[in-house]
Amino acid sequence: MSTIIPFGPQHPVLPEPLHLKITLKDEIVTEAIPMLGYVHRGLETLVSLKDVDQMVQVVERVCGICSCIHAHTYCMCVEGILGIEVPQRAEFLRIIWSELHRMHSHLLWLGLLADAFGMESLFMHCWRIRERVMDVMEATAGNRVIISVNKVGGVRRDLSADQIRWIRQVIDELEAELDKIKPVLTNDYTVKKRTVGVGVLTKEQAYELGAVGPVLRGSGVAQDARMTGYGAYKYVDFEPVVETDGDSWARTMVRFRELYQAIDIVRQLINKLPDGEISVKVKAAKPEGEIVCRSEQPRGELMYYVKGNGSKFLERVRIRTPTFANVPPLLAMLPGIEMADVPVVALSIDPCISCTER
Amino acid sequence: MALETKNIAKNQLVAEVKSLKAQGYRFVTMTCVDLGDGFDLLYHFDRDLQMTHLRITVLKGDTVPSISGIYFAALCIENETKDHFGISFDGLVLDFGGHFYLEEEVKRYPFCKVSVQESQAPKEGN
Amino acid sequence: MFDMTRTIIENFFSKAHTRLYPLQTREPFPNVRGNLFNNIEECILCGMCQKKCPSQCITVDKGAKTWQVDPYACVYCGICVENCPVNCLYMESPHRKPTAEKIMNQMVQVKGPEKKKKTAEK
Repeated sequence: MSTIIPFGPQHPVLPEPLHLKITLKDEIVTEAIPMLGYVHRGLETLVSLKDVDQMVQVVERVCGICSCIHAHTYCMCVEGILGIEVPQRAEFLRIIWSELHRMHSHLLWLGLLADAFGMESLFMHCWRIRERVMDVMEATAGNRVIISVNKVGGVRRDLSADQIRWIRQVIDELEAELDKIKPVLTNDYTVKKRTVGVGVLTKEQAYELGAVGPVLRGSGVAQDARMTGYGAYKYVDFEPVVETDGDSWARTMVRFRELYQAIDIVRQLINKLPDGEISVKVKAAKPEGEIVCRSEQPRGELMYYVKGNGSKFLERVRIRTPTFANVPPLLAMLPGIEMADVPVVALSIDPCISCTER
Repeated sequence: MALETKNIAKNQLVAEVKSLKAQGYRFVTMTCVDLGDGFDLLYHFDRDLQMTHLRITVLKGDTVPSISGIYFAALCIENETKDHFGISFDGLVLDFGGHFYLEEEVKRYPFCKVSVQESQAPKEGN
Repeated sequence: MFDMTRTIIENFFSKAHTRLYPLQTREPFPNVRGNLFNNIEECILCGMCQKKCPSQCITVDKGAKTWQVDPYACVYCGICVENCPVNCLYMESPHRKPTAEKIMNQMVQVKGPEKKKKTAEK
């Protein structure tokens, strides 16, 4: 006999209204169907009401956690259509803030994961470390989460020499703090018991189902949209973080190692930060044409399609967020696992439902 | 900057997508653009960070063959497009009947500039 | 295996990482977008802020000489401050205190900017 259990939208694991209709046979999941629509806001339609510049603030609100990268990708699209060359310093600053976003997003997620398998103290530790990144963001950009630094043509805030020195000091401290929690994540019995071998996604499945970001790299596919070298990524050395097991633990490790990678990228960018202007003046932007831009968010690859019709309002903005692409892989991971593991597996794709539904 | 797309007809779509899959392409997403009297459907594919785009143009009220049988990942976006634009897809593996995001009392297609009709919701037996 | 246990025991004997919030507050960082104000006597009521605002939270009434911001709709992006032609808008670091009722931040111009001063600035 099978039972159907509504998993969510009010949640034991995460504040996002993720709703899965889970069919159980005894304790084993046989089928999962996503039920979306709890936070659908229709932000893409706002293009007909907000002009090109105002849309920057709108797309930032697609997702709170990766707001900077949303705005960056949108600006890349508009700049691409208009043929604007962004000053080099602006490109560097954009990526510094993007990587800071990656750090705080991954730390937030690590905390949530610890919370999901009941390790309250690790959760508190991750969030305490995250607070340092939030402080950097608040001091340098002016806001904590949705930092509003991007605009079409460049960035709106500059980093002073003092701030750069301070950021360098903070990321050094961060690295030391991460070293402290590293043995907990890698060796702890509780963590391993709940994640190793749970929710396996094979390499073929991940590739075919269109998984992105840590879900894809956790299954052994070395694909990272940052390798396309958008923004200032062409000036830094890095390699995509890959784990081959494809289980929840592999995805956790990818994210944890990406924290170190983000620290390294910020360090490289700060060392190479060129002088110069931080923005170019864009007068009454009236883009005409189509463009597709991709970037890498903490959760995976983000795709923007922008179509302009020669007026100050865009014709269409289409946002393919990473979680949207990770929903089909999640549905493939769930069958065959125990009900008690569903929260951890669902969390291991780092679901962001407000992203998904926009 | 123009987007390079391969324009194909609606009935070529399934064969074209199958050949892309055989070449090792991943499905990224689909975009629907309201042209006023019809829709542009853009299919985005990716292989090793190189993108390929297919474009089909359909009239309002047309049915489009679903590719969710070929790429399971197309399931979400096809249901979303059905919600927002009222395009029917033929052969969806999991059909939410136009209520993927939207509630049942929504009677128009929110992303269309001019809604085709009052939505086909009554027809589908809601 | 006992890495976390050690950390937990350490935490018992170390200083708290949190603050007793209402009693003890952290100094806000400089240049934080905390709250939006208008230096109303210098304002020329041109409505540029109202036009540029992404959340349409600013209302400028030229006739009644009022400038109003809805702090609950404001997204604290600072676009209005950047686009103000006379630089009379400014943001202060301290965040708004929680309130029990919605209070609009409305300002009424009494005298208005002196004509001479405005041309001198230009």
